[in-house]
Amino acid sequence: MTQVTLTVNGKSVSRDVPDTMLLSEFLREELRLTGTHVGCDTSQCGACVVHLDGRAVKSCTALAVAHSGSAVTTIEGLASGKTLHPMQEAFNEHHGLQCGFCTTGMIMTGVDMVNRYKAAGKALTPEAIRKELEGNICRCTGYHNIVKAIEDAATRMDGMAQAAE
Amino acid sequence: MGTGIGARVKRKEDRRFITGKGKYTDDIRMENQAYAAFVRSPHAHAKVTGIDKSAALAMEGVIDVLDGHQLTGDGIGNLICGWAISSRDGSPMNMGAWSALATEKVRYVGDAVAVVIAESQALARQAAEMVEVSYEELPAAVFADKALQPGAPQVHDNAPGNLIFDWVIGEEEATEAALAGSAHVVDIDLTNNRLSPNPMEPRAAVATYDEAEDHYTLYTTSQNPHVARLVLSAFYQVAPEHKLRVIAPDVGGGFGSKIYIYPEEITCLWASMRTQRSVKWTGDRSEAFMTDAHGRDHISNVKLGFDADHRITGLKIETIANLGAYMSLFSSVTPTYLHATLYSGQYVIPHIFGNVKAVYTNTVPVDAYRGAGRPEACYMIERAMEVAARQLGVDPAELRRKNFINEFPYQTPVILTYDAGDFGGNLDKAMKAADVAGFAARKAEAAARGKLRGMGYSCYIEACGIAPSAAVGSLGSGVGLWESAEVRVNPVGTIEILTGSHSHGQGHETTFAQIVSDRFGVPMENVSIVHGDTDKVQFGMGTYGSRSGAVGMSAIVKAMDKIEAKVKKIAAHQLEASEDDIVIEGGEVKVKGTDRKLAWHEIGLAAYTAHNLPPDMEPGLKEGAFYDPSNFTFPAGCYIAEVEVDPDTGVTEIIQFTAADDFGTIINPMIVEGQVHGGVAQGIGQALLEQVVYDEDGQLITGSYMDYAMPRADDVPFYTIEHNTTVCPSNPLGIKGCGEAGAIGAPPAVINAITDAIGTDALSMPATPQKVWMALQSTASLQAAE
Repeated sequence: MTQVTLTVNGKSVSRDVPDTMLLSEFLREELRLTGTHVGCDTSQCGACVVHLDGRAVKSCTALAVAHSGSAVTTIEGLASGKTLHPMQEAFNEHHGLQCGFCTTGMIMTGVDMVNRYKAAGKALTPEAIRKELEGNICRCTGYHNIVKAIEDAATRMDGMAQAAE
Repeated sequence: MGTGIGARVKRKEDRRFITGKGKYTDDIRMENQAYAAFVRSPHAHAKVTGIDKSAALAMEGVIDVLDGHQLTGDGIGNLICGWAISSRDGSPMNMGAWSALATEKVRYVGDAVAVVIAESQALARQAAEMVEVSYEELPAAVFADKALQPGAPQVHDNAPGNLIFDWVIGEEEATEAALAGSAHVVDIDLTNNRLSPNPMEPRAAVATYDEAEDHYTLYTTSQNPHVARLVLSAFYQVAPEHKLRVIAPDVGGGFGSKIYIYPEEITCLWASMRTQRSVKWTGDRSEAFMTDAHGRDHISNVKLGFDADHRITGLKIETIANLGAYMSLFSSVTPTYLHATLYSGQYVIPHIFGNVKAVYTNTVPVDAYRGAGRPEACYMIERAMEVAARQLGVDPAELRRKNFINEFPYQTPVILTYDAGDFGGNLDKAMKAADVAGFAARKAEAAARGKLRGMGYSCYIEACGIAPSAAVGSLGSGVGLWESAEVRVNPVGTIEILTGSHSHGQGHETTFAQIVSDRFGVPMENVSIVHGDTDKVQFGMGTYGSRSGAVGMSAIVKAMDKIEAKVKKIAAHQLEASEDDIVIEGGEVKVKGTDRKLAWHEIGLAAYTAHNLPPDMEPGLKEGAFYDPSNFTFPAGCYIAEVEVDPDTGVTEIIQFTAADDFGTIINPMIVEGQVHGGVAQGIGQALLEQVVYDEDGQLITGSYMDYAMPRADDVPFYTIEHNTTVCPSNPLGIKGCGEAGAIGAPPAVINAITDAIGTDALSMPATPQKVWMALQSTASLQAAE
């Protein structure tokens, strides 16, 4: 057992856990943040994506102990109180989800993607969104409305950034 | 925008999913919970000669290791197939026994032989590795055609030659005669590739036995919790129905694979009684590939005859259907009555004959997967039509149009009576939206870039709204396929709808509320939908076969009819008017042509205070209904795929995909279009990417997402969706169903487009770059030889 201390959704948490515990397991089982889903064993499906120190990572492929001291944002930490994040709003607006299982990972990937493209000053075209979604599988939506949602959210996040300035 | 029928209402259920607050089975944690891990066969076919549990049992934290002899010893029954199919000679199907934990023999890689119950999931999995099972390996029958050959290894003793049934439909002699007298016969061999359904949420179960009450509770990933309870109770003898509660909470997709009651759920329930602990099992993706029922896997020969005027004379199809190692719940009906009854497609075909041989192999059981038998039928008919057009030298759209059924009702030679449709209209809409007129120019432009451009059609029809209970009963079904609903109007006027349908992505919490809002004028937020819990909803047959709209919503309408009648009686009494003069509009109950009215909530309050009700009226405002459909429904449409093939690499890009569907009445176009998007993507997946692969020894080669190619965002295009509606005459809302159309119609459209591009029909699914490139080489070498 090793002590792991993380800042998760802005709150500091500390647990003694086995060295073999995955970050996804830490979030789901230790913290009961069950919005992070596990859909495969091979780091392929992306249902488990969270933000680790501001970068999107697949939490099923990260060991909790290896990231002690880091800051994690999960889907539960994305909204500000009752106000949804623009990416969450856009998924609802564009019917970007059906069963909801891949959705939390899709949203976390989407936010990361928009942030990276904005930081690099690159345009997030539908083609770019499709390429960026390489690591996220959805079986319900056929991706059409997910791509539309992320495209729209990129515009909405512009608004959010301007409002913050 | 309103919220009534036809409105694009945003989904009510989204909020919990987009904030990570959905409640899936694996999110549930019980007090005193232990974890199950299964010991599975590494062999496709073997005798089990011994199980040594001692090392596993010695591990600290291991609670028990249970095997099949203990399971059957406790009276747990074998898994069943719910539909009896007879062979052409009248003999019943040859069903082999299937125990939730194998005892004497294992029959596929992944067949469970024991279960470890331990204090943590990691420990349970470690201990499962420590259970020593001794096997005596046997040769395996892996491929369906080879399994039928003399001398093939026998999967079950009571299915000689591995033949489960040899079933026929239609008229053999008349069809042979029609083909013999035809001016032209298309004769093609087709395979329908084996698929893994792959809902993103793996299957899971949490079972709890309450000794004091002698009662079981099962949370599970089910599309039909009531059917699960029925089968667990009546056949597997886990507990009588009143002692068993099954809850299917949020379920992360199903596509058919979560219809069935699998060994793991049965075992968890039984183990919870044995260990006096809550027992949780969550499958991983490898287990999903190894144990979730697969789909398709047909090998067929198709003969389609035409007269000199290019009218179809007859159709003969012979199919070998691989059912895997055991007969899953609907495995027998999927390649027969859900399949061959669609052989007429959208066409006038005077004579049809079909023969399906169902075969045991040492592979995962095969059952219904999105479309269930209808994609296989559609693929054969629509490939044959396209090949026919090429061989006859005519336009594929016009060949179809010439043979369309245009008058309804139309009795096909294969049982079904189509009640309504507009096949020519679907084709016109699709051709316009796909700009077929501009295709030649686009093809020339692509050629200038060194790309091969092709266009392919698919005019699909399917049978949904399953199903009239008496009809399916006469065909061998073990259950009726009605649906139930209850409408509860509360004293404050809010409404709860209890439905036997189950939503695992379909958006019922929105669409079902829409039809209530539309009917009574109450706001959407005052309507809630309750489903997925056998303690709350009395009964239901669940969601599959695109039945929740056509059957499930019809039950709600029937219950609302009864509510409306009672509301009118109360209002007439209180407003001193005739019932016939009462109208319900905009959330008010009014006397027609006057200003006398009651608000909706005042009726609710009146019903429950019961201070002033008509004489002899019972208090309360709650009505239930069962709806049994009078016919199947027949969604139909036309899909057009346009592709570009890179001749250097064989890579296919889908440039445009156009769908023109006739789903009858549409409650929420946004949700319906979402269903088409998802179905088409699965169809494209089948056509281009997906294939379950076994090696000759029966080892599963495609056991993870590293090896099984799922469609990803850059494999598919934006889809163009058109609607061409004819109302379904057999149910009150006129709904036909939309859940499976995409997966049924898309594969032949894509393959027809690729074969158009590359100039050969010798191409099978999935059309991987390697296969397309190889096919191109053969045409190139032929051209060079000429």
